[in-house]
Amino acid sequence: MQWEIVVGLEVHTQLSTKSKIFSGASTIFGALPNAQACLIDIGFPGVLPVLNRDAVERAIKFGLAVGATINPVSIFARKNYFYPDLPKGYQISQYELPVVQGGSIKIQAGHYGSEHNKNIRLTRAHLEEDAGKSLHEDFDSVTGIDFNRAGTPLLEIVSEPDMRSSSEAIAFAKTLHSLVRWIGICDGNMQEGSFRCDANVSIRRLGENTLGTRREIKNLNSFRFLQQAIDYEAQWQIDTLESGGKIQQATVLFDSSKRETRVMRNKENAQDYRYFPDPDLLPLEISQKWIEQINNSMPELPMQRSCRFMAHDTTSYADALREQFGTKPETNPDILIKQSCHMATVNDIHKIYALSAYDAAMLTADITTADYFEEVVKIVGNTHAKLCANWVVGEIITRLNQESKIIVVSLISAQQLAGLLLRIVDGTISGKTAKDVLNDMWNSMDGVTADAIIETKNLKQVSSKEEIERIIDEIFFTNPRQVSDYRNGKVKAFNFFFGQVMKATTGKANPAQVKKILAEKLIA
Amino acid sequence: MSLSLDDVKRVANLARIEVGEDEARATLAQLTGIFSLIEQMQAVDTSAIKPMSHPQDAVQRLRDDVVTETDQHKLFQSIAPQVEARFYLVPKVIE
Repeated sequence: MQWEIVVGLEVHTQLSTKSKIFSGASTIFGALPNAQACLIDIGFPGVLPVLNRDAVERAIKFGLAVGATINPVSIFARKNYFYPDLPKGYQISQYELPVVQGGSIKIQAGHYGSEHNKNIRLTRAHLEEDAGKSLHEDFDSVTGIDFNRAGTPLLEIVSEPDMRSSSEAIAFAKTLHSLVRWIGICDGNMQEGSFRCDANVSIRRLGENTLGTRREIKNLNSFRFLQQAIDYEAQWQIDTLESGGKIQQATVLFDSSKRETRVMRNKENAQDYRYFPDPDLLPLEISQKWIEQINNSMPELPMQRSCRFMAHDTTSYADALREQFGTKPETNPDILIKQSCHMATVNDIHKIYALSAYDAAMLTADITTADYFEEVVKIVGNTHAKLCANWVVGEIITRLNQESKIIVVSLISAQQLAGLLLRIVDGTISGKTAKDVLNDMWNSMDGVTADAIIETKNLKQVSSKEEIERIIDEIFFTNPRQVSDYRNGKVKAFNFFFGQVMKATTGKANPAQVKKILAEKLIA
Repeated sequence: MSLSLDDVKRVANLARIEVGEDEARATLAQLTGIFSLIEQMQAVDTSAIKPMSHPQDAVQRLRDDVVTETDQHKLFQSIAPQVEARFYLVPKVIE
């Protein structure tokens, strides 16, 4: 029997504000226990929460980035449950009227070359406070509580059950992870818990329309665990149904060491959170003017930037934007492009590079990579954008991945790389030599320029016509047999001469020029 | 919904509140009054009325994102029953 896996995700993103959502306590990670837990965070009687403007602003930014509705009025509600790390006995969250409603995220799932695009709808995104942390292991027969995390602003992003495999779920989670960092609302640090996923998994017979009974896997804090947990859970549900069993709605935990899911609570003892509007907080009003202000400060989004990187001219750029964002075809391309890059000046419109989809995707994986690439292109020139992309993707990103680093800590600055590429463009060095220079730059770590390395190591390409002709003459003189072979039709001898010239110049001769002069001389 | 005297006594017992015979009768009368009030309210058709989230006709005031609190854990923990290494201690809870 063929089964279809259905996945929906709930992602808790920690918003990167300096202070908490309802108090003036700091949110910095790694502080001493309870150093950042004030009276509001630890739920003392008589205190009142006051909402952090920047937390709301970050939620609005997210809503704008996914094309959602920003509710003009939204309500905070109390979610009631008892647990020692929740000092008030309720979590302030949003229930009926969240800040952000609807919207969608485009994902690309599958392997390179056979990937497919898919639109994942979002149900909502709401603001809430985080709980404290319980330490069960560190104390003898008691539990220690650290309230530093209590009150940290969270945006809980809820998707529709639109994913059909663990790989689609991963693609969604990764796209979302990249987006929240791109728009600067969350640092995305998964080890520190800034980005945590819950996965709702159900299965149904292929072709069926109604959803099966779902089980929710809680607290997955890495993409690898997310994948493993969904794969295990889906297989478990398939096995259960195929052996005549029934799925019961439940909340489960994923045990990463045993790689299995186990039940935390089932439907019978599911909690009733008795949500009701929090009387301590008035309705949150978001004016159209505020939304517009934020909209004007939004960066060009990854998909828009990728369209720009791939475009050949403004017309194809506008077409791509229309296709991506479903804008009406009659919209003036200039206006459309200007809308797309809010911050972009008119000049930016012409920053189009005709890159491949692969390069564009790699370069827009995060905002620092995209900025780095554009910084390089700015120096080397638009006509050499493909060369720049090859080096950023093929060399810089590859090296950073090997060393598990990110581009902000790249050992070579955009200016350094551009300096190197300029020497390829003007023929001073070959691409092959450039790789050696890059290696030196990478290892020296002191910002040494390509020119300095080329100079000290004497790597300058031999490009003078006279010099190359002199070398060829010498080689012809010492290898008369190969010359006559070639002239008698043994075309292969050409490669022999080419190799000899490159050897004689220790690889520093400009290969294209050598080929040209060699051909001329052999015919003569 | 009608409430009996036995119900009142049972609820009082469950809540560990000592209630005498006279008090129970008085409470029954009061609770019955509250119930009839609820019935009266439930009779109103509210299907077309937007739920009110707050009785005051005002909106949430927002504060700037500034850290204003300092570390006062010693003061706060001075009334906690059990504290160790800056942590609040509670009986072991494992879900």
